[in-house]
Amino acid sequence: MIETVKGLNRKTAPPIVDAVNFNLQLKPYKKFTLKNGVDVYTIDAGAEEVMSVEWVFYAGNWYEDKNLVAATANFLLKNGTRQKTAFQVNEHFEYYGSYLNRACYNETATLSLHCLTRHISELLPVVRELLTESNMPEEELAIYQQNMKQRLQVSLKKSEFVAGRLIDVDLYGEQHPYGKYSREEDFDQLNQAELFAFYDQYYRNGKFTMFVAGKLPDHLEQLLNDNFGDLGNKSVAERIITPHRAAEKKFRVTNNAEGVQGSIRIARPFPNRHHPDFLKVQVLNSLFGGFFGSRLMSNIREEKGYTYGIHSYLQNHISESAWMISTEAGKDVCEATIEEVYKEMQDLREELVDDEELLLVRNYMMGSILGDLDGPFQIIARWKNIILNGLDENYFYNSIHTIKTISAEELQAMAQKYLKPEEFYELLVV
Amino acid sequence: MIQFEKFTLTNGLRVIVHQDTSTPMAVMNIMYDVGARDENPERTGFAHLFEHLMFGGSVNIPNYDEPLQMAGGENNAYTTNDLTNYYIQLPAENLETAFWLESDRMLSLAFGDKSLDVQRKVVCEEFKEHYINKPYGDVWHKMRDLAYTRHPYRWMTIGKELSHIENAKLEDVKEFFFKYYRPVNAIMVVAGNVTAEKVKALAEKWFGDIPSGEKYKRNLPQEPAQAEERRLEVKANVPLDALYKCWHIYPRLDRRYYITDLLTDILSGGGSSRLYQSLVKEKQLFSNIECYHYGSTDAGLLCIEGKLVKGVKMKDAEKAIEIELEKMKNELVAETELQKVKNKTESMIAFEDMSVMNRANSLAYYELLGDASWMNFELEKYGSVTTEDILQESRNIFRKENSNTLYYYSGN
Repeated sequence: MIETVKGLNRKTAPPIVDAVNFNLQLKPYKKFTLKNGVDVYTIDAGAEEVMSVEWVFYAGNWYEDKNLVAATANFLLKNGTRQKTAFQVNEHFEYYGSYLNRACYNETATLSLHCLTRHISELLPVVRELLTESNMPEEELAIYQQNMKQRLQVSLKKSEFVAGRLIDVDLYGEQHPYGKYSREEDFDQLNQAELFAFYDQYYRNGKFTMFVAGKLPDHLEQLLNDNFGDLGNKSVAERIITPHRAAEKKFRVTNNAEGVQGSIRIARPFPNRHHPDFLKVQVLNSLFGGFFGSRLMSNIREEKGYTYGIHSYLQNHISESAWMISTEAGKDVCEATIEEVYKEMQDLREELVDDEELLLVRNYMMGSILGDLDGPFQIIARWKNIILNGLDENYFYNSIHTIKTISAEELQAMAQKYLKPEEFYELLVV
Repeated sequence: MIQFEKFTLTNGLRVIVHQDTSTPMAVMNIMYDVGARDENPERTGFAHLFEHLMFGGSVNIPNYDEPLQMAGGENNAYTTNDLTNYYIQLPAENLETAFWLESDRMLSLAFGDKSLDVQRKVVCEEFKEHYINKPYGDVWHKMRDLAYTRHPYRWMTIGKELSHIENAKLEDVKEFFFKYYRPVNAIMVVAGNVTAEKVKALAEKWFGDIPSGEKYKRNLPQEPAQAEERRLEVKANVPLDALYKCWHIYPRLDRRYYITDLLTDILSGGGSSRLYQSLVKEKQLFSNIECYHYGSTDAGLLCIEGKLVKGVKMKDAEKAIEIELEKMKNELVAETELQKVKNKTESMIAFEDMSVMNRANSLAYYELLGDASWMNFELEKYGSVTTEDILQESRNIFRKENSNTLYYYSGN
């Protein structure tokens, strides 16, 4: 028989260590430079015999002259080389149980490999082949065009997809890399020669940085030099592209007259991570709509039941950002939801947050970062974000400092400066 | 090899401790032996709705989330057709907060009207967001209903229809709680930077005096073997024709489950898989095609689904799938092809096991299936599958009379 503790007080919370008192450390990276000047950042950690390698090229849609060229070149990277068909490339990586993914963003485009550490020597030479001998075959392009157009047709039936495109157009304009979107005719206009030229300039000869994490082999530097130390890594000419924001602020769009929900996006332009207000606003954002206990979630989901979820966040862009509120709400409560969002803004402008709620947000954010730093892939991801944004470890430590010390008055000042309804674009797509 | 310690409180609560001192965090995972398959067919979606109500305050603690966030923790939960799982991650120093919160809601919920009112609406919005307001969102409602005639897998976790959720009553909530959410029907895993001694002391302190409850004895109607093929055609406001085919497979604990799992990877586990290479790349009949199964505890379904390239006829697309399946039934797959999907499984397990949260979740799941230590033998079971097994099971599964086919036509 197990003795139970007599008089156990279930009403009172056990004592806690406030996460705000934790001394959070970001494990430092080790860095080396390949013969051609490519920087390699590494985190050697973890218990499992696995690793990840990421190649980050300055080959995002920022650098394309025609819509979709960057994304398509990135997609076709592994669809055939002078020596191997797409099938053979896939078979090679899949035989070793590895995952080779590619992704195209705005400034950057990446290739990433996840594998068991013991297989790395078999895999890197084929990655090299992709980066030097990819040939973007016509027939692969044709299949891609056909399938992407079909996928687009399905996506366009979803209000959330349409809303995501339109709010970025409002914020940045259709010509800006952050606001561009794909149309069927853009897929039709792609041609092999342009894609190959983009590949040649921005991958084969392009500038890149590498991030490696996990349980790393001893001869990593040698391996990377052998495979990637002679690639072009030529500097990429900077391009200044300015946004053209919409003149109107409020939009109501009907995408599907039979829809039972509306997609709401409310957003304002916001400076990038180098701006002194960025870290403070990250705390204000948590309070506003950044986690389950936030004002928006508590009011609009947990109090009123208008939605399955409502979130606010700062967009993860390098050159500039936007502060976004996003939700899918029942069709008949969409306008009420929008009204509540503005009420929550008003409340943050007019009332100081009390000590208890502020401590809760601080503790939540600290606990969340602590949990998020768990494991080599998470640590390198944080470093990657810091490095690609042109920041250093001070950004991390300043961010912790801000979470620990920002006052209610400073948060209110941020709300008064940025949470002004007249500066937000407001979009509802049903 | 995942190490752990296991003990049972006198009220029947099973506790598993998995120590990992490389993390500053602790994880608490509580799995309840109830899922959508245990629901009354007239009140489907209840297990999932109930999961939402578990966050609406317990008998001594009006708000579940706030104290956890104050302790630097995060939590979530999910419901499947088989089980309901709740998990918390928080700094190891504050582990006791998790014990306090979870034991109070296992003791009893607050059963407030307000929480039920709001969460009914929230779940209805979740239903709309995922199953009504999305093209092809109703496919699995239709497919489950076609493939199962008796077993409760014939409805989805979210429920058969919105009205079942809208009509949920507080007395149903209470009854459900005291039937299923008892220590004797639960498994708790505590993992991360913790010691077995401390977990034992805390478990006894916080969970020891919760009444045991009655062990739930599952007695579900079993699905009779399917005797003839079933077909269904629908037309909907979607841009592309889509084809769905399902075959009945084996329960999770059957050895043939592992064979089936590898078989699905051979058919569609990546860019070099058979269906993708043949039907998307070479014949260009589908713009995408996938083969998968749900990993359900009772006998589940193996599914092939794809969207047709415009202009392709449904019959031709189906025929092309049949040709690939005939190859599986008539020729042994190459040893290297089998090795490929085994290697993929090995690395997938290694990646999954990187996270303490995943390890805690897996330990709870295998304990629910019968024994937490089975987690450590999965790779061996996959390793023992032969090319003969794949051939044999292809013949067993891909029989016409075992098949369910849905033609989902674009109505535009």
